[in-house]
Amino acid sequence: MEVGQMQRRLVEFTKSLFVEGFLDGQFLQLQQLQDDSNPDFVVEVVSLFFQDSEKLLNDLTSALEQQDVDFKKVDAHVHQLKGSSSSIGAQRVKNACVVFRSFCEEQNLQECMRCLQLVKQEFYLAKNKFETLFTMEQQIVAAGGSIPATEITSF
Amino acid sequence: MDRDDVVSWQRRTHDVDAFDSLHPSDTEEAHVLAVDDSLVDRKVIERLLRISSFRVTTVESGSRALQFLGLDEDKSSGHFDESSALREIPVVIMSSEKVLARIDRCLEEGAEEFIVKPVKLSDVKRLKAYMRRDSRESNKSETGNRANANRKLREEEEEEEDNNYDESDLSASSPSPPACSVSSSPPSTSSSCSSFPSSAAALAAMDERRL
Repeated sequence: MEVGQMQRRLVEFTKSLFVEGFLDGQFLQLQQLQDDSNPDFVVEVVSLFFQDSEKLLNDLTSALEQQDVDFKKVDAHVHQLKGSSSSIGAQRVKNACVVFRSFCEEQNLQECMRCLQLVKQEFYLAKNKFETLFTMEQQIVAAGGSIPATEITSF
Repeated sequence: MDRDDVVSWQRRTHDVDAFDSLHPSDTEEAHVLAVDDSLVDRKVIERLLRISSFRVTTVESGSRALQFLGLDEDKSSGHFDESSALREIPVVIMSSEKVLARIDRCLEEGAEEFIVKPVKLSDVKRLKAYMRRDSRESNKSETGNRANANRKLREEEEEEEDNNYDESDLSASSPSPPACSVSSSPPSTSSSCSSFPSSAAALAAMDERRL
């Protein structure tokens, strides 16, 4: 595949992520923070998110498995996850966290467990999408091309 | 941007730890202490601030912030010098929660501004604007140049829910209320911040209602 084609594929793929709600405007903010002095900023932050949050998800899982579930603690974890997912523009993960928190407030264990599953689902889905995105970018760069800037006007 | 860097570098060689007596010019980099318990958010805010030409130090908690400012609770026995130049430090709160009561409280207690997360470049740019204005307005060269020469804008993450928000932590023994250093982390930390001197809340906070 030649560079031009790869770039078009990337643009289309990125667009789809916004249209499907995986990403929101905050991701564009992150891209703006990347420049020649920090060329890998987006990859770094996103990777940090997935690394950090993996642990959070484990903590959440065990917190919900306790005899006496501490819903405040669970809520604190979800709040953390909501915050960091929103910071990288991972909209669907964030939205799943919002729902999760409402059930924490209700102290509804059943629903919380269901929410945890949904959050995990969105989490791994997002991870997958980001990996695809970054791989496409890498391939373009490896082929000597540049990453086209995300055009906000087109969607 | 390049010109700013050159000027700032020259200034910085003077004032690393000592506070120099010169008035900061508009081109001097202000130093921001960003407090956030989320690693991801620390990374993002650090970049947001650096790209906007601020010097940045990030810490993960309120107690670490106090340590950084030299206000170790062990040493101070909980009683802070109200005349400390550190009270001039403007405090900005960042939170992903839009709880109006809490926002009001923060602003009343002396926070300059309440930024709803996720923080954007435009939020940081706005801070820059009022910091420059603030440094031009304040003219306290006789009372110690610490506040002027090394202005720090402290941004704090407010993570607590309303039910964890311990009202008593905000009660102050001094006439002016403590700054919103309440924030960042679990209740045990916020109690250590209870008598932190207030910031100079001279500027109108920029929140939706006042626009």
